[in-house]
Amino acid sequence: MNTELITQVSAFLWQEADMLDHGEYAPWLESWTPDGLYIVPIDPLETDFANTLNYAYDDAAMREKRVARLCSGESISTSPVPRTIRSVSRFRILTNDGTNVTVRCAQNLREFRKDVLKHYSADITVDLVRSGGSFLIRRKIIRLINSTDTLQGIGYIL
Amino acid sequence: MTSKTDTADQALTLGDRVQTDRVHTSLYTDPAIFEAEMDKIFSSTWVWVAHASEVPEAGSFKNTYIGRQPVIVVRDRKQKVHVLLNRCRHRAATVCEGKKGKINSFVCPYHGWSYSLDGALRGVPHPESYADQLEKGELGLVSLRVEEYAGMLFATFNNDVEPLVDYLGPAKKWMDLFMKQGGGFPVKVQGEHRFRFPGNWKIQLENTTDAYHFPLVHKSFLSSVDKQTEEMLDFVTGTGYVEDLGNGHSVMVMIPALVDLEAELDAPIPERFAALADELRAEGTPDDEVRRIVRAVGGSGFNLNLFPNVACSMAFFRVLQPISVTETEIHHAVITMDGGPQAANQARLRMHEHFQGPMGFGTPDDSEAWERVQKGSSSGQDLWIMLNRGLAGEKETADGRASDVSAETGMRAAYQQWKKLMTA
Repeated sequence: MNTELITQVSAFLWQEADMLDHGEYAPWLESWTPDGLYIVPIDPLETDFANTLNYAYDDAAMREKRVARLCSGESISTSPVPRTIRSVSRFRILTNDGTNVTVRCAQNLREFRKDVLKHYSADITVDLVRSGGSFLIRRKIIRLINSTDTLQGIGYIL
Repeated sequence: MTSKTDTADQALTLGDRVQTDRVHTSLYTDPAIFEAEMDKIFSSTWVWVAHASEVPEAGSFKNTYIGRQPVIVVRDRKQKVHVLLNRCRHRAATVCEGKKGKINSFVCPYHGWSYSLDGALRGVPHPESYADQLEKGELGLVSLRVEEYAGMLFATFNNDVEPLVDYLGPAKKWMDLFMKQGGGFPVKVQGEHRFRFPGNWKIQLENTTDAYHFPLVHKSFLSSVDKQTEEMLDFVTGTGYVEDLGNGHSVMVMIPALVDLEAELDAPIPERFAALADELRAEGTPDDEVRRIVRAVGGSGFNLNLFPNVACSMAFFRVLQPISVTETEIHHAVITMDGGPQAANQARLRMHEHFQGPMGFGTPDDSEAWERVQKGSSSGQDLWIMLNRGLAGEKETADGRASDVSAETGMRAAYQQWKKLMTA
């Protein structure tokens, strides 16, 4: 098992998780390749995300708009901003060719807003590309364990 | 609130609680009224259950609810659609699970009673104990009356209710207009966003003909679209209108230029669809077809509210399902062009994701506003919900009554139908 690679990958994804929990969106937007896709599917078995309905299918422009909306104060569902704390763990390297690394991991996220505490668990698959001494995200797929259930508003970035 | 007023309001009849220009707050909060609605509205009139494309082939089924009663929408081998109560006639277990799928027959998992796709009871394991006294012909799944218009399937528990086409009345022509967003292809439901909000179902019913909230509640969405689209959606002071179409149905025309998607095909292609038009042309699509698809891809310029549970809302079907007096489930079903160009359908899917669903830029803000309506409604039973906007300017039309685009005419129409059914 390549523990050195797992250490590098987990350090990168923990940093990303910390950025999202603390609203550091500018460096988060820079963590992506220009063609990067952020996807939250509905169907747990779906692989053709472009041709199906998702909860989110964000290219670079949509990621920027999503961040702008969260920061604008214009949206009543995100004012007050929900507080989130997420734990990312159970990293497993699925593929690695020296440049591209695909990793699968688990995310447990707690959200608190107004008077409600919610819990979202997700299976996450991330395609990473080596860049400088670190990585950039080419694709991140967030499969909520309850994606086929009826959900309430998610006013932050999963 | 004084106890004197509370007592006075409790004495109001159901009919008194719906006035021309207002409805009583108890319509959002009273569990007894909710129970009566399930019976007098959802079990008594036509309720939308599916779009035909959701059950495309023999054996295709969709599970849904009419009020709180679970029903299966299924297409049989002769292509006839049935709506069956999802309840085994033996000991009541559901015979079909899952939101959608394909099936050959319905087999109860408890004791193995089996039913064909039209609901007829076919097999009963070990029948000898019944000593030939089981009336199998009488024990099919309860089958509801089903009728279809423009691909929209409605069912009812009430065998005496008028034919669907009469119930829809002038709404039919708006349904026909809405289906033109197929851009020359059949309209197809290709998935949906489902969410719940802690509030009464009529708060959502009202919202589909509420132009007044759009610039305020959806400010963050409007900030995320191009200038031309933002101007197109600035319709509150525009020339649109709301029209009462009878039987609780109404239409809100927000963008009059987009009422007929097959007209004005030579109009300039909007900025936001320029790249799509280029892509379609590059694929060899003839120019007239490109124009028809691009004009249809953004959906219709109106919302059609069909009482009590469905709306043809610009580019999607909005379906509401009452859960309790203070909880409602909403489905926003995405529409694509069946057999249409992949690029156009991807554009439709991305537009739906942009506004709808729990991570959309629109739905969560609506949901927050409705939740706050419900919360505020618990603050005293002697206050009324005001629905008098646009009443002064209301005029008779060939199909009913109409007023300006942000008038509450559509809500008044729905509540008059509510009153008619609830006091029948």
